[in-house]
Amino acid sequence: MRNLLTQDTRVVVQGITGTEGRLQTAAMVRYGTKVVAGVTPGKGGQEVEGVPVYNTMAEAVQLQKANTSIVYVPGAFVGKAAFEAINAGIKTLVIITDGVPQKDSIGFIDHAAKKGVIVVGPNCPGLIDPRLRMKVGIMAGHIYTPGTVGIVSRSGTLTYEISWYITQTGLGQSTCIGIGGDPVVGLDYIQMLEMFRNDPGTKGVILIGEIGGNAEELAADYIKRTKYPKPVVAYIAGRMAPPGKRMGHAGAIIMGNSGTAKSKTAAFNSAGVRVAEKPRDTARIMKELIG
Amino acid sequence: MKLFEYEAKLILKQRGIPVPRSENATTPQQAEQAAQQIGGAVVIKSQILVSGRGKAGGIKFADDAAAAGKVAAELLGSTIKDCRVNSVLIEEKLDIVKQFYVSIAVDRLAKKYVVLASTSGGIDIEEIARTAPEKITRQWIDPTAGLQKADAEKMLSRLRSDEDTVKHFAAIITELYKTLLDYDAELIELNPLARTSAGEFIAADARLIIDDNAIFRHPEFKERSLARPDDTPMEKEARKLGFSYVDLDGNIGIIGNGAGLMMATVDLVQTMGGKPGNFLDVTGSGSNIKKGILFLMSKPENKAVFINIFGGITRCDVVAKAVTETLRESGANKAVVARLMGTNEEEGARILKEAGIECYRDLEEAVAAAVRTAAGVEQK
Repeated sequence: MRNLLTQDTRVVVQGITGTEGRLQTAAMVRYGTKVVAGVTPGKGGQEVEGVPVYNTMAEAVQLQKANTSIVYVPGAFVGKAAFEAINAGIKTLVIITDGVPQKDSIGFIDHAAKKGVIVVGPNCPGLIDPRLRMKVGIMAGHIYTPGTVGIVSRSGTLTYEISWYITQTGLGQSTCIGIGGDPVVGLDYIQMLEMFRNDPGTKGVILIGEIGGNAEELAADYIKRTKYPKPVVAYIAGRMAPPGKRMGHAGAIIMGNSGTAKSKTAAFNSAGVRVAEKPRDTARIMKELIG
Repeated sequence: MKLFEYEAKLILKQRGIPVPRSENATTPQQAEQAAQQIGGAVVIKSQILVSGRGKAGGIKFADDAAAAGKVAAELLGSTIKDCRVNSVLIEEKLDIVKQFYVSIAVDRLAKKYVVLASTSGGIDIEEIARTAPEKITRQWIDPTAGLQKADAEKMLSRLRSDEDTVKHFAAIITELYKTLLDYDAELIELNPLARTSAGEFIAADARLIIDDNAIFRHPEFKERSLARPDDTPMEKEARKLGFSYVDLDGNIGIIGNGAGLMMATVDLVQTMGGKPGNFLDVTGSGSNIKKGILFLMSKPENKAVFINIFGGITRCDVVAKAVTETLRESGANKAVVARLMGTNEEEGARILKEAGIECYRDLEEAVAAAVRTAAGVEQK
């Protein structure tokens, strides 16, 4: 999909020599992703899964023409890694790490926006395009199959669950993206819906939301306002969540009366978007709509 | 992590933002002494972490120290808005001529901090937004440029306040922003920020929430972050184990990997007629699964434990081994139902079945089995 993953996507892994970085590099290479470099300061000259490791992002960009970065470094260092990637000329930055301080995220997301860089995450599973057999993320490739359904979500494993149902219906996926479970993330629902609108291979969109914030309400409003041309099916996790408690994700918290599943469901209903009661129903409804 | 009003005010005081003379008290005697020291009429404010305590009877007044002690005795140990009052803040009664509102918070949509200020403080900001939106002004902060005093003054000039107010208010706002950054706060709110008859600007009430993801930068909060008054005993224990856990009032203990799937599992158990006992998101390492099972088994209300794993990185065989080992070693006697899907699921299912543990691949079938099992135990 344009602006996200294309044939020209060349990936650099930041934090490639860590346990997670190594494992995920192997999985991405196996799936078909062009992983061209890794960066860990002080570990330049090594190789991980046949991928050359550099000390700096500037080297990875200059020597290997990397244009997309995936970040596994620990939360305390993500801010620094993100600034380095953006300043080195990376175009798309995917941040898997959970536990990034909000102050840091606000800083590098703003810097990225000023430089025209797309940020996915933090606290996300990344993204996958089964049509290109390319993934910049931690999802298990085998649950996906090429197809026409776009999926956008704040969650990781729940996205796998729903992707798997979509695979079973035979519809398959065009692109699946986890935008992250933090209160402040880069790419949001509306920007993703925009990309799916312009992607000729995407016939319908599944939007997986959860409690906290009002991103779902805004997405519903966008769908209504722009007379979104493709069918959208939504699912909202956290109907049973008590107010004031953080449900795993930093962003999944009901504050006072705002951010409830009820409010999100009502917003989608008023935009003509069907909200599935169970994860499996998303696939059933999508099959009815575009199958 | 939400701080109590008295904790927030200690921080503000250090930052040079005026706060009323006050002292936190955990006994009526302390309260009386504090009131004595402050002298004159005082306010007795229940220290709880939910807003709306005033309307719920959590803020009272007393004319002298003896009366303050009496009021404190009533409030301490009482329950306000479902929260137990463990301490009260004894504070000088201000002679307020005007109330303002100011907060700095994270705007998720703009992906920036936003300052909200109003000349109509003392009531809920949503209420002001509904009834007098013209009395609210907003300013988003560019993270690179920061918030200068001139920005704050410009923002406040939109509220048509007098010059003196703009000057004092702006100084407070710029200091609040610096405080927010230094403390990694996700919210600072003064409501009201009071102007007294002497012309002073004082933070009459204060809320401060520290970003949980940034506590590692603030060792002074480490202990405090493990002992949160709004945690249930199980939640407190879970925090020590490093789990992301929320108590619910049902009888099925649930473990899942990933926050979204875990929330969806809780919802699904409820939808399918069961009573979810908790939210517990663990990464699928063997040791976490072990700790998680033992933890849920320790909750008396749980009649069954349901494990839902969709393995991407997580390997199902590792999970299955952890489950069987835990049950064998601990001699735990609560029923277990598992759902394993993803990496090495066949091997995982084989290990569980061999140990006589119900295991499913499909989520809904698994939830139905867990609901059935818990209901069966309940009937016995």
